[in-house]
Amino acid sequence: MTSATETPGLAMPRINPKAIVRWTILFIGGVLMVTPLLYMFSTSLKTPGQIYDLRLIPAEPTIANYLEVLREGDFMRWFINSSIVAVVVTLSNLFFDSLVGYTLAKFQFRGRRFIFIAILSTLMIPTEMLVIPWYLMSAQFGWLDTYWGIMFPGMTTAFGTFLMKQFFETVPDDFLEAARIDGMNEFTIWWKIAMPLVTPALSALAIFTFLGNWTAFFWPLIVTTSKELYTLPIGLTSFAVEQAIRWEMIMTGAALATIPTLVIFLVLQRFIVRGVMLAGLKG
Amino acid sequence: MVHPTSSDTVPTHPVQPAPRLSMRARSALWVWSFLAIPVLFYCVIRFYPTFNAFWLSLTDWDLMSEAEFIGFENYRRMFADPNFWQTFRNTFEYLIYGTPISLLIAFIIAYYLDKVRFAHNFLRALYFLPYITTAAAMAWVWRWFYQPPPTGLINGALGELGFGQIEFLGSTTNALPSIMVTAIWAGLGFQIIIFMAGLRAIPDTYYEAARIDGLGDWAILRKITLPLLKPTTVFLVVFISIAFLRIFDQVYNMTTNDPGGPLGTTKPLVLMIYETAFSSYDMGYAAAQTVVLFTILLVVSLLQLWILRDRA
Repeated sequence: MTSATETPGLAMPRINPKAIVRWTILFIGGVLMVTPLLYMFSTSLKTPGQIYDLRLIPAEPTIANYLEVLREGDFMRWFINSSIVAVVVTLSNLFFDSLVGYTLAKFQFRGRRFIFIAILSTLMIPTEMLVIPWYLMSAQFGWLDTYWGIMFPGMTTAFGTFLMKQFFETVPDDFLEAARIDGMNEFTIWWKIAMPLVTPALSALAIFTFLGNWTAFFWPLIVTTSKELYTLPIGLTSFAVEQAIRWEMIMTGAALATIPTLVIFLVLQRFIVRGVMLAGLKG
Repeated sequence: MVHPTSSDTVPTHPVQPAPRLSMRARSALWVWSFLAIPVLFYCVIRFYPTFNAFWLSLTDWDLMSEAEFIGFENYRRMFADPNFWQTFRNTFEYLIYGTPISLLIAFIIAYYLDKVRFAHNFLRALYFLPYITTAAAMAWVWRWFYQPPPTGLINGALGELGFGQIEFLGSTTNALPSIMVTAIWAGLGFQIIIFMAGLRAIPDTYYEAARIDGLGDWAILRKITLPLLKPTTVFLVVFISIAFLRIFDQVYNMTTNDPGGPLGTTKPLVLMIYETAFSSYDMGYAAAQTVVLFTILLVVSLLQLWILRDRA
């Protein structure tokens, strides 16, 4: 996007006043965007008496809130629950979405188009419409208040299947044919040859599925009833309701729920942004 | 068709040729063994519940007694229910204000952020961060910001600056916009990234040609960038619209003491569905509400397909 008249791309050596203004405004906007996060952390480090103080840097920072929240709430338990749910669902999606996406992309068979359209059509059905039947089903089979109950609706998704199909279509057939001649079976060809060729798509899918399940609220709220089975968002809500107006405690709980995704983001920022771009454009 | 042959001809050892099985049949066997579990999953977890929801919407059922078929009575009741129409209006208020505001802010930020090279990744991260946070957690942070003084941050700041106090979540007129701001904030990061991806996809040669023709920034934006960005924009309009039509997490967490309050002025359809189904256990009536939500979402999605087809 650089041009001869205006050189935003090369602004580093020759300082362009317009670019400085633009950068400064964008920077202020960016700081405003993270202000809720900053205040959340700041307040979680304040004593109850200090929370009326609007200063961002706590006068006497303390981790007492964290110790109290960890003692009173079941945050460790909820953290483990969320991790189990998010990891299992993500692995399941990586496996099944790509298996089905691959089959639809690379095999000719009767009913292929029908299956593809049937799967795609489920994108039109909102979760909200399915939760009542899911709830009844879970009640009947004893899935209420179990890990499986939280996880089963998301074990494979049309979005992920479609995404993987798009990417498997770019894998050259020659590669697969060569493996076939070498006597590999179809499962091994998919797992050993095709899968490594779509790792960018797999990482995008993994990030989306993990974050989606980590922050999921509606279905876990419905299917869990006992505190031991709450995921982190549901646990935080119940904790915050109990604490009523002890905002420093609520902010500490919110911080505990946010820290894991922040850490993941800081470590994987490049992949996450690229994954969002990939999935947003192809999916 | 799932298991077209008897099991003794199944090639358990791939290297071993299975003489009586043609290449085609072998390939079909693989295909259906790959698809068996997912197809079963889609039937049981997606298709059956969909039909079940339609069926339930025609019944009266409180989970205790048997479900009773009552035809379209639930729909008649819904369309005569002023509470339904209020949530309907609320939902569209989130949509009608939230979508264009989100889109405009996201585009402006993406447009300028795309031109910045210095500390680009850092700036981008600042804007993107809210998107990966947990909506439930952030709803509580915003709820705290909106508190009346002395605890509320915004009112505290207004007080320091000598302005009057504003009632946010307690006011029937301000509560919905306050919650909407939280939802807009939470979604911007994603939309900015998608817009930036769309901007990157426009070939530089288009811009160079425009410069040679002597077009200014504004003309380039109007004549090149915006038209070429149309697929991205349409995608985002639909994506954001659907998100606002399904808004729940923020409303639920910011109004726990009076869900959807004050006086139901912030209650969206999904919260009504949740309460009808899981507080009143009026399953048939709740199912009818989900069918209405489904219909609205379907119309929005079809509109997207129609607009994009129109273009191609």
